[in-house]
Amino acid sequence: MRDIKIQVNDLSLYYGEKKALNNISMQIPANKVTALIGPSGCGKSTFLRCINRMNDLIPSVKITGEMLVEGVDIYDKNVDVVNIRKKIGMVFQKSNPFPKSIYENVAYGPRINGLKDKTQLDEIVETSLRQAAIWDEFKDRLDDSALGLSGGQQQRLCIARTLAVSPDIILMDEPASALDPISTSKIEELVHELKEQYTIIIVTHNMQQAARTSDHTAFFYMGELIEMGKTNAIFTKPEKKQTEDYITGRFG
Amino acid sequence: MENTNTILVNPFAKTSGKGKDIKETAVVGITQVAVLLIIAILFVILGIIIYQGRDKFSWEFISSFPTDGMTKGGIFPALIGTFILVIVMSIAAVPFGTITAIYLTEYAKENSKFAAAVRFSIRTLAVVPSIIFGLFGLGFFIQFVGTGMDTAFNGGELHWGQPNILWASLTMALLTLPVIIVSVEEALKTIPRELREASLALGATKWQTIKKVVFPGSISGIMTGTILAVSRGAGEVAPILFTGAAYYLATLPESLSDQFMNLGYHVYIMSTQSSDVEKTMPIQFATTLVLLILTLSLNLVAVVIRSRIRRKAK
Amino acid sequence: MNSPLPIKQTFTKESLKKQFRLSEFLAEKIISSVAFLSIAIIFLIFIFVFKESLPLFSFGDKAKTEIQTTTGAEVETYGAETSTEEIQPETYGAPAENLEPESYGTTTEDLNPVVEEIAVTEPETYGTVTEDLNPDSASEEVVAIDEKVTGNKEGADKTWSTFFSTEWVPVSDNPRFGLIALLIGTLKVTVIAMLIAGPLAILAAVYTSCFASNRRKEIIKPIIEMLAAFPSVVIGFFAMMVLATFFQDIFGYDSRLNAFIGGVAMALAAIPIIYTISEDALSAVPKTYTEASLALGASKAQTAFSVILPAATPGIFAALLLGVGRVFGETMIALMATGNAALLSANPFESVRTFAATIGSEMAETVFGETHYSVLFFIGSLLFIFSFILNAVAEFYVKGKLIKKFQGK
Repeated sequence: MRDIKIQVNDLSLYYGEKKALNNISMQIPANKVTALIGPSGCGKSTFLRCINRMNDLIPSVKITGEMLVEGVDIYDKNVDVVNIRKKIGMVFQKSNPFPKSIYENVAYGPRINGLKDKTQLDEIVETSLRQAAIWDEFKDRLDDSALGLSGGQQQRLCIARTLAVSPDIILMDEPASALDPISTSKIEELVHELKEQYTIIIVTHNMQQAARTSDHTAFFYMGELIEMGKTNAIFTKPEKKQTEDYITGRFG
Repeated sequence: MENTNTILVNPFAKTSGKGKDIKETAVVGITQVAVLLIIAILFVILGIIIYQGRDKFSWEFISSFPTDGMTKGGIFPALIGTFILVIVMSIAAVPFGTITAIYLTEYAKENSKFAAAVRFSIRTLAVVPSIIFGLFGLGFFIQFVGTGMDTAFNGGELHWGQPNILWASLTMALLTLPVIIVSVEEALKTIPRELREASLALGATKWQTIKKVVFPGSISGIMTGTILAVSRGAGEVAPILFTGAAYYLATLPESLSDQFMNLGYHVYIMSTQSSDVEKTMPIQFATTLVLLILTLSLNLVAVVIRSRIRRKAK
Repeated sequence: MNSPLPIKQTFTKESLKKQFRLSEFLAEKIISSVAFLSIAIIFLIFIFVFKESLPLFSFGDKAKTEIQTTTGAEVETYGAETSTEEIQPETYGAPAENLEPESYGTTTEDLNPVVEEIAVTEPETYGTVTEDLNPDSASEEVVAIDEKVTGNKEGADKTWSTFFSTEWVPVSDNPRFGLIALLIGTLKVTVIAMLIAGPLAILAAVYTSCFASNRRKEIIKPIIEMLAAFPSVVIGFFAMMVLATFFQDIFGYDSRLNAFIGGVAMALAAIPIIYTISEDALSAVPKTYTEASLALGASKAQTAFSVILPAATPGIFAALLLGVGRVFGETMIALMATGNAALLSANPFESVRTFAATIGSEMAETVFGETHYSVLFFIGSLLFIFSFILNAVAEFYVKGKLIKKFQGK
């Protein structure tokens, strides 16, 4: 099925001896926004970081099961992790621009892919910034340091930086958790626009945000996937008791 | 008043309220005296050397050659020799130290035995007495490498197999290596993990990440390390005693295979082997003053840069 | 919206196939091997310092090599011993061509002709190798060389017997290498230095980490650490020129430069080391300890000395060990301030000579390859081993203790 972008089969993750993700199986549809919700420490961010193999960086982590992206198991030992990350971009919780200019931040990805041509780079930077809806804000100060921007601008710059690599899937790890309401709504708008071209998976703490932005929602609790379905369904008539408790604010 | 006081006093305290205060003041006072004493000694040393050396200390002193069997004149060749020494030393030690630091922060796995061995070696290197480096320079660089080079390239004619500025610099480089490694490592650790992750998440390889993100962030650490190493290398004498320092040379060294004069060695020679120690006393103090200005000011610069790095990290 | 699905399939086995990246591979290999060099250096230092002292360990029992080298000539004990000497350079890693002297250089070159001559003029040469010089020997030169050989041979055994004597007379007809005298001198200076530096530095560290306000701390620490930036030659010079006279005026002893002056000067060099490490150890004691003690009504001073100081003992112990290491191997201060006479006495105001100063002052005057040279390298090996052990103890013992203490494991 083309609709299914990511198929997860029986995925478990261990930090040393401790099992942090317990036999997760789910399907993530293409060109939709999927929200991962749950109380903190439930494993939703850990799961997100499994999708572009960022957990490889932690030496004690062991992963079992399958993570099929378009039918290819990205944990197969013949798969190149660097290429995976080029196709699956990631936006982090804390905005983390490089201590370089705005332009250089966006051009970073294309440059490491060996693109040197200045006009092409300019073009990519412009499209990426346009896509992230910050071109008008930044076009006159591309050479300013990215560190001088506000939190919301930094985060959108980070999204633009991710787009510049032209990924297929974008992972967002609580991208708006540190931002004020106005910046948050800008990010949410952006997510909405981007889903036409990208498959987006977003981890969020904020249930309204999940309800507003996502098409599908998965609820994690204690390292397990409790329930997954259309966002509407999850928020109006959840099947599981735990989901209902969480959504109605009885715990979490 | 008395009564409430006794109730509040800690039952475990051995002394009554008043006695405790006196004891407390005395104990704190003793530690304070220790601090003041150390600081006082430091300023006394500085003060005496500045006072005794100030008359002779002048541009002419720095820029002229010693004359009359080193009883008159300046210290120009010793100063130049010291400069060449620290430059060649830095060229050897800085890349080496930086790469080792990059290994330790970026490549070494957390519980790897190899990394632990590297760390242990570096710390050992930092505590090995400097005279041992001198012996090593003599045994390894001069007798083994130098003589080997002469045998291989010069047909046994003695050229490299004797003390010279190259061997002295390399010996000094080994001595200052830990200084550089520690500084660079500290700077590398201040680079946030998020930046490394950002780069990797964009599909950069590890080496690309190091080149483009980690390394540029560590430049200031490399600078601090280099300056501290230079300060150390400029002041150490023991390692160059028999690897290249010369008592007196009428000319400046022209190649790496020449011997050289050195500030610290000059102080040592002048104060212990000079024909007339009394007469050259002002020269000795002034030379010491130059050496001290050189090392302390370098150190000060390094401390300032380092504290700026630390503040940024916070 | 999704009905005309994008046909492009980006995730295929081919596009994700593991790539070999040369620069990546090379970078990792180069960086790891450079890191490996730092381990190698430690070994190299040990090997090359120890190597030069190896002649001291040749007691003349190389039975196997004897036979190989003397197969041509008649195997006779005296002749064979001569050739033992001859092949030694190779055993110790001299370049195979033997063009240039490696270890034993001078003897090797001279010896080669001798051995040839042995082959030619057998009867005489046997004689010459015996201790009494045979006037009939082939040439004057041979005699001279044989003398050297026998001298050297005897040296190997005799040197060891003199190690435990109390006289250090390296340059004489009958050289004696009394390491005991040097050891006593080194210990004397070390003890004096540590008695001064230890308490001072630790008390200062206690003040800095337990009593001083943050603002004072930020002034005190850099100043004391600046003392570490003083080159030891400067401290030595200061001790020699200023301290020596100053203390002589007070105590009125005879020798201006002595163990006490050396000790005081070395204390100056050791203070910043002991201070910095102790201060770190004291600051690393968890805040909860301090708070618990203060909450129980203990005063600041009581807390510092009965809670924080005991908790930081392993770290302070390490600081003292590294201080000892610094003093033990300090060369320039010892050279300049201790008087450099290997006297055996308990009086702290007598001149002494330390191991490091002996190397520093005599190495330049020794002849490459002779016993004196080897003995100095042997002393160097001892110093190296000593500092290595100190560091290892400071590292492993102390670290283990600290982990136990704070984690209760």
